[in-house]
Amino acid sequence: MAMASLAPVSPTVPPAKVRAASDAPPALICRNLWKVYGANADAFLRENPEPTPADIHAAGLFAAVRDATLEIRQGEIFIIMGLSGSGKSTLVRCLSRLVEPTAGSVFYEHQNLLRMTPGELIQLRRHKMGMVFQNFALLPHRTVLGNVAFPLEVQGLPKEEREARARKVIELVGLGERAGHYPRELSGGQQQRVGIARSLAVEPALWFLDEPFSALDPLIRHEMQNEFLRLQRMLSKTIVFITHDFDEAIRLGDRIAIMKDGVIIQVGTAEELVLTPASDYVSAFTGHVSRAKVLSAGGVCVPAVPGEALGPVVAARALVAEVAEAVLGSELPAAVVDAEGTLVGKLDRATVIANLVGGGQ
Amino acid sequence: MSEIALQQSRPGLRVPAGWIVTGLVALAILVPYAAPETFGWAKTYPARWIVPISDWLKAFLYWLARDLSFGLFTFKDMTRFVSGLFGYALDVPKALFSSGITFGDEPGAFHIPRLSWAGIIAAVTIWSYMLGGLRLAVLGFVGFGYILVFGQWDSAMVTLSQVILAVLTGVGGGIALGILAFRLPRLEGAVVAALDFMQTIPTFAYLVPLVFLVGVGPVSGMLATILYAMPPMVRVTMMALKRVPPELDELARMTGCIPRQTLWKVLIPSARDDLLVGVNQVIMLTLNMIIIAAMIGAGGLGFDVLNALRQANGLGKGLEAGLAVVALAIVLDRMSRAMVELRPVHGAEARRRRYLVGAGFALLIGFTLLSFAIPALEQLPAELRISTGNMWSDVVSWVNIHLFSTADALRTFLLIYILVPMKTFMVGFPWVGLLALVWGGAWSLGGWRFATGMTALMAFIPVAGLWERGMTTVYLCSISVVIATLIGLPLGFLGSRSERMHNALGAMCDTLQTLPSFVYLLPVVMLFRIGDVSALVAIVLYAMVPAIRYTDHGLRRVPPSLQEAGTMAGCTGTQRLAKVELPYAMPEIMLGVNQVIMMALSMLVVSSFVGTNDLGKQIQVAISQADPGKGLSAGLAIAFLGILADRMIGRWVAARRTRMGL
Ligand SMILES: Nc1ncnc2c1ncn2[C@@H]1O[C@H](COP(=O)(O)OP(=O)(O)O)[C@@H](O)[C@H]1O
Ligand SMILES: [Mg+2]
Repeated sequence: MAMASLAPVSPTVPPAKVRAASDAPPALICRNLWKVYGANADAFLRENPEPTPADIHAAGLFAAVRDATLEIRQGEIFIIMGLSGSGKSTLVRCLSRLVEPTAGSVFYEHQNLLRMTPGELIQLRRHKMGMVFQNFALLPHRTVLGNVAFPLEVQGLPKEEREARARKVIELVGLGERAGHYPRELSGGQQQRVGIARSLAVEPALWFLDEPFSALDPLIRHEMQNEFLRLQRMLSKTIVFITHDFDEAIRLGDRIAIMKDGVIIQVGTAEELVLTPASDYVSAFTGHVSRAKVLSAGGVCVPAVPGEALGPVVAARALVAEVAEAVLGSELPAAVVDAEGTLVGKLDRATVIANLVGGGQ
Repeated sequence: MSEIALQQSRPGLRVPAGWIVTGLVALAILVPYAAPETFGWAKTYPARWIVPISDWLKAFLYWLARDLSFGLFTFKDMTRFVSGLFGYALDVPKALFSSGITFGDEPGAFHIPRLSWAGIIAAVTIWSYMLGGLRLAVLGFVGFGYILVFGQWDSAMVTLSQVILAVLTGVGGGIALGILAFRLPRLEGAVVAALDFMQTIPTFAYLVPLVFLVGVGPVSGMLATILYAMPPMVRVTMMALKRVPPELDELARMTGCIPRQTLWKVLIPSARDDLLVGVNQVIMLTLNMIIIAAMIGAGGLGFDVLNALRQANGLGKGLEAGLAVVALAIVLDRMSRAMVELRPVHGAEARRRRYLVGAGFALLIGFTLLSFAIPALEQLPAELRISTGNMWSDVVSWVNIHLFSTADALRTFLLIYILVPMKTFMVGFPWVGLLALVWGGAWSLGGWRFATGMTALMAFIPVAGLWERGMTTVYLCSISVVIATLIGLPLGFLGSRSERMHNALGAMCDTLQTLPSFVYLLPVVMLFRIGDVSALVAIVLYAMVPAIRYTDHGLRRVPPSLQEAGTMAGCTGTQRLAKVELPYAMPEIMLGVNQVIMMALSMLVVSSFVGTNDLGKQIQVAISQADPGKGLSAGLAIAFLGILADRMIGRWVAARRTRMGL
């Protein structure tokens, strides 16, 4: 199995997701966004545009989001991650203006969200945004069909049309059999499928998911993650996805923002977070992760000496875990090539083993 | 707080303020007894000091009714308009259920029959079956069947049509007000305060002004009922809307709901269960008012019961009508409760439900259409009805012959050794002493401001010249409250110890609360004749329920860790109860006592029917004499007593809870 062909070895793990092009234009932008709770918070922030945590505490206020700046690209899955209470929910609610930010700006497709009138906001939410909630937020008195058709009903669509559209989305999430059931007759996973279907019914361009799978059992959670990836491959929406689970983040996300006490500490791909953590807090998150599932062959390979004898050929984009079998099965280091087939480096057994064995540096 | 303030203002004085107050109160009580000649004015309230509050109130009400004008329309126009509105509204259910529609007066005029009894019974049975299965169906059938067979149908349908309108208005108005308070936070405080006030006022306080402004008749009966039954619905609505998970509110905003859509498509339907519990409460309170409403002309079953009480040999008839009220109350209560439990379903089960609902309607309409041809389906022929009136009269005479001596001995004993001495003592108590006592008690609970307010409430009774009747009220209430608590505490204790007892007591309390208050009077009067003893027994029976419930609940809430700590410290069972559990549960139990007092006060006018001479009696007299001033002042006095007890106990409970760190 020498250098017969330069075609990359077919990966043993199926490709988890289609990575969004890293040069896609930004869809949702927020700049210097603050959410401060407490009496006269906006006056306080106007007087001290850049308060320290001590200032805020001294004023008897509480900052749930501090100075957040983000650019979320068209069609990417953007993950916001952090411990519970770190301000993730508040941040996405500011992005959709469910919570009024205290300061800063939010732009969606060049429109300033914070300048919109209530009427414009209603129109925007009706047609462009969808949201999935942690505890499902299903309406107990409506059937699956009624729940999914609800956003369309709010828009004033006639009954036949909205039910036909709702049925399509229900099929899409695999609940076709249960359209007549009531939420209380469904399992947790099925209920969240309804939540997902409902948020997709209006065909939003921007999709918010606030810890959608955190309330589910691990097995179901895994299944739902696959489901989510399947949907995203079909739909290609711009997604803001909240989770407190780093494994979920690396499985699903293109880029990940890590939050702590309301501050966004670092934004990057899973690989960047693992290789160059901005702080100990970030390494604590990434530490327990199996590096082989995060790092790509291109990210860990070392430059090859020209003319050196190399074994199997692997793609630079492939994860270490995906190429491990091929590399370990060969005496010679593997050749790592990019999409055009140019050699970028070599990957030897020792490196793969070190990364497979786990979290250690 | 005030203790410290007092000491600081007089640094030289070392005697604690509490002692001084105790001493002064003791002086105020003892001196009038010790020197009756010099301090006679402090013992019996001098007649020339009585302020003619009744007359002022009367003048005020007359001014309201005659002269008050809002420019475009007068107050009188307004009350006329409201009563006219309700009058017309009442015509609808009345025609449906009780009178049908007749065109013209002459015999043989065209007549559209009311809903057929056969149809109503069939529909109630089928719907009960749909709601609660076979058991509820049997209950519905037997309940309405009883009403029919015992010849109570006509009266029951008059009552039912009023109940329906009152419930609809109460629920609708309650939800509307609740939504308003929910939506406008500025209004919320005012609404809550008004609700608190309404709940401490016994029903009768507004009976007399209502009669005066609207006149005797079904409409004022219904308005009184609505005033009584609506406040809980407002409260329930506010609470239910607040309890809707915030995520659902976010969902509504995220899907772009306008406020109206948020309210009607998300919030209200999600709050369905809680709202239905409120509906059940409104139904029960409405039925509770049947007899009281009959006092101001509502007619129906309530009138039959009242009438029976007024007649010498009417007890049998009264019992029949009373049982019909009970049947109506139980069936409607259980049906509306089952509705709370009903969960939405899909598929075959949903079709079955729709089918049953449809079948009920079909039978209702079918039988009614048939009754065009067969009049017996509209009105059950007299020969098919049964009356047990004679049987009951026999029972009454049997009771008189066989049980009377025992009952009479008990009655005489109670009267001679407890009631009469207590009453004499209370009525003869120096009024200055009583006010001082209230002041001292309230001062120790909440400082001098609170004390002054409470004393002012109490002072209303002597100042308005209501001393004797007021004190009779206080005496009757306090004895009943003591007895009810003494019965309720051990029962509640037993309930907290065993699941079976808990369930049995729960069922008993449910039944006791479903029975309209007047019903208690009938058997009691049978045994104890007219007089204070009957009133006492009836009040105790009625007011006992919260004492049981709250004790049970309070003891059950004692944390297991605390009980274990008690056991580990080597307490015997009794010690643990006395030293650990009772103190812990005391605030809860006192809230129960507070409820007992409220219920006892609300029974007053009812009990005055059996011959007590208290404030309730004065209201009753005022209704029959159409003297609104007297009635209103007596009503205010009862209301003030209620507020007094409520606020004092509330303070005590709050202080106790803070001390226990709850
Ligand atoms: N309405 C509010 N008033 C005051 N503090 C709030 C409010 N909402 C959220 N918070 C606080 O903001 C912080 C962040 O909350 P949240 O965004 O829900 O965190 P996460 O979603 O990351 O768990 C929490 O500490 C929470 O207590
Ligand atoms: Mg959250």
